[in-house]
Amino acid sequence: MHQSTLAELSSALESKKISSEELIRGYIERCKKHNVSLNCFITITEDEAIKKAKIADKNRARGNHTLLTGVPVAQKDIFCTNGVKTTCGSKMLSNFIAPYDATLVKKMNENGFVMLGKTNMDEFAMGSSNETSFFGPAKNPWNNDNVPGGSSGGSASAVAARLCPAATGTDTGGSIRQPASFCGITGLKPTYGRVSRYGMIAFASSLDQGGPMAQTAEDVALIMNVIAGYDGNDSTSANNKIEDYTKNLNDSIKGLKIGLPQQYFDKNLNNDVANLVENGIKELEKLGAKFIDVDLPHTELSIPAYYVVAPAECSSNLSRYDGIRFGHRCNEPKDLKDLYCRSRQEGFGKEVKRRIMIGTYVLSAGYYDAYYLKAQKVRQIIRNDFKEVFDKVDLLAGPTTTGTAFRLNEKLNDPISMYLSDIYTVSANLAGLPAISIPSGFINELPVGMQLIGNHFQESLIINVAHQYQKATDWHKKIPKKYE
Amino acid sequence: MNKNTEWQTIIGLEIHAQLATKSKIFSGSSTKYGAAPNTQANAVDLGLPGVLPVINEQAIFMAVKFGLAIGAEIPKKSIFARKNYFYPDLPKGYQISQFELPIVSNGQIEIDIDENNKKIIRITRAHLEEDAGKSNHDDFLNNTGVDLNRAGNPLLEIVSEPDMNNAKEAVNYLKKIHSLVQYLKICDGNMQEGSFRCDANVSIRPIDKEELGIRAEIKNLNSFKFIEAAINYEVDRQIELIESGKKVVQETRLYDPNKNETRSMRSKEEANDYRYFPDPDLLPILITDETKKKIKEEIPELPDIKRKRYISELDLSKYDSNNLTINPDIANYFEETFRITKEAKMCANWIMGDLSASLNKNNINLKDSPVSAKMLGEMINLIKNNTISGKIAKVVFEAMWNGDGNAKEIIENKNLQQVTDSKEIEKIVTETITENKPQVEQYKNSSDEKKQKLIGFFVGKVMKKSKGKANPSQVNELLRKKLDN
Repeated sequence: MHQSTLAELSSALESKKISSEELIRGYIERCKKHNVSLNCFITITEDEAIKKAKIADKNRARGNHTLLTGVPVAQKDIFCTNGVKTTCGSKMLSNFIAPYDATLVKKMNENGFVMLGKTNMDEFAMGSSNETSFFGPAKNPWNNDNVPGGSSGGSASAVAARLCPAATGTDTGGSIRQPASFCGITGLKPTYGRVSRYGMIAFASSLDQGGPMAQTAEDVALIMNVIAGYDGNDSTSANNKIEDYTKNLNDSIKGLKIGLPQQYFDKNLNNDVANLVENGIKELEKLGAKFIDVDLPHTELSIPAYYVVAPAECSSNLSRYDGIRFGHRCNEPKDLKDLYCRSRQEGFGKEVKRRIMIGTYVLSAGYYDAYYLKAQKVRQIIRNDFKEVFDKVDLLAGPTTTGTAFRLNEKLNDPISMYLSDIYTVSANLAGLPAISIPSGFINELPVGMQLIGNHFQESLIINVAHQYQKATDWHKKIPKKYE
Repeated sequence: MNKNTEWQTIIGLEIHAQLATKSKIFSGSSTKYGAAPNTQANAVDLGLPGVLPVINEQAIFMAVKFGLAIGAEIPKKSIFARKNYFYPDLPKGYQISQFELPIVSNGQIEIDIDENNKKIIRITRAHLEEDAGKSNHDDFLNNTGVDLNRAGNPLLEIVSEPDMNNAKEAVNYLKKIHSLVQYLKICDGNMQEGSFRCDANVSIRPIDKEELGIRAEIKNLNSFKFIEAAINYEVDRQIELIESGKKVVQETRLYDPNKNETRSMRSKEEANDYRYFPDPDLLPILITDETKKKIKEEIPELPDIKRKRYISELDLSKYDSNNLTINPDIANYFEETFRITKEAKMCANWIMGDLSASLNKNNINLKDSPVSAKMLGEMINLIKNNTISGKIAKVVFEAMWNGDGNAKEIIENKNLQQVTDSKEIEKIVTETITENKPQVEQYKNSSDEKKQKLIGFFVGKVMKKSKGKANPSQVNELLRKKLDN
């Protein structure tokens, strides 16, 4: 049963082949067993999950249910979950029990999802390898010596190892798509504002976006149907019509115009990855899509712009972790300054501190114009690049990452190289565009992802293309042997 | 600098007016004053991980209303910015405020500087921001308590140009704004509860110099009296410093009303770099022309116009009209009594006389007065139609104040109707003349001037005999008739 997709589990529950309780007990056992080596969960909420599963069964018996009532899911530990520890991968919040549910969590609960636990992540979502987590890195199920990617590494690892059929992630510069690519699953970063950020612990507010991580594009659509939509608690959430994301899944993609940004096939791209992405493109061509080469001329500016804007926002967003009201507080502070300094020094890890310092610097009097303001201008230029391209094509395709999952510790002490691994993903965040990563092959038994980027609020279209691709291929069905 | 230098004082004020919204500026918590600590602070006010602010539209409307009332520009787009600094009563580690692109800019207001002269004070900007909480350093041994009830209360910070030249002008400006925000119903003006407070930027310069001196910022002044005292103290301090060859340093100073002095809080070197940047959690505030128009229609008659109208239409003195327009409560009260009586001067006298005295004595707000405008108006009508004399009215007023009922009831219950029956008055007058023979003699032998005084004596006697109920003008007339014969 654990190899099933959400859609399959939904049918199994509907036809009473299995009860939610049986299902959840089975998944919880797998989680407990494999978490020892994968470390993809920070918290496994066994008792609560079984309780919820029993309620789900009762509701199904009563006919009071949704399509997804009783299916399991894992939540990235960045989403506040009422009464459950919400750590954000940090020592700072290692004992923080959220007193409320994030809007995304609330919606999923209301739709009958049963949470199995909270997944591991880079501390405050700052990282591309899951190695900055206070709780140690999650491992890549395809090779436990490799990183699962980050920051939503725990979610990607858990879905890839089938410890849960689906999970949530957040994506600020690639944090859903890059781990999805590294772990061979499907991950969607929706349009900025499509999914509420309320209760999702902020890293960089103007870039953060929550989204689904699953085995298939179809499952991604099912989850989007639950989590997308306007939220009065999030002023930046979009107040426009939400589609039924499953409606267009089976539309033909014949005649669709897909752009290939030349800058995404540059010297940074590993040759084998390039070949696999080209194979993917051929598959889509077979299905009738037309490809044209396009330019996103300012792609190389995206990383520097991102590493100004994101740290600037994070330096402010993380000021609330001051040891006063919640979170880590140092022992016996001498005075207020000592309380602040030591609580933050002890509570935050190296990467978080690095970004707080960069952010503080770029917002300082005298540097603001040269860094923050300039980065915002670059951001506008990057948006314009996309706008022009979307006048010509329906969507874009390219690689998600430059290579496959790297080794643990390989880039930990080389932050620049780590930052550069986000080169193909950050632009979509800077422009607020939806983008999906789908499995497209393997290099040395490590998965490779292909990325599809859509215009604003065109999730349906990229999910549709991804689904058509997945009907023609079976990369997304591959499971690492150990976890079959 | 020699001691003969003549100094000019330069003052600019930053006023913090708490907007009279029911809920906070970015959360649904109540803004009600005086609740038990931290009972009006929800997840958003506490700055819990993951929470987001949502703007209270009422606060925007109120700010726009203020801007329109001072003839300011209301840009189509204004934005919220984060002001970053650490303090225990600032939950998020930043205050949501406005920096570039405030909601109101370039307004002005006219103040009186003396009997005949007015002055324009320019208002640079007014911006929306959230209040911080309160730290309590006194009640916990070796610890500080933090109360976040106030955190997130909506504030309008009103920043003036340095256009005032003495403490009096500053106070006049402040009073003008204080009155205006109450008229606009955007602030309750309660200074004790901190709903209306101000910081003063004070500097001095030789009167013949253009260049501004180094300024000190005096923080958190919350009464007109303190503001005047603090500015005067600060000006003296700065003159003394400069004249003794020292320098004024740019710093923040705190006024201590107990000692009547200002003392240094922090110098410029210790000042924060607030690292303002646009708040990515909030969308720009967009104000359409329609919205402006709609809000403009809601602006009531403002005090300046009201004052002029009282003088020109109601024939009141400048003094009366100033006093009756100090705040909307008193103006409304006056207008209600006037509506009932059509006697502007009498209403003014009663409101500024007996009513004000009673309110002050009992420390009661006009809003809570036991004598309503309707009650006072009805009583004035009873004076008008000679049911009671002005003197008896004082007794009636006091009885109304003490809750004995309305004027009519009191007059009936206490039998206070004025005696206008001329036979009855004549009887008392005759009795009085018979009982005071010596004075009658004296009257007859007096000059006209003296007679006037002695009439007063007889009137007094008659009124006393009638227990104040005799109609005084009738008494006067009868006495003269009888004594002059």
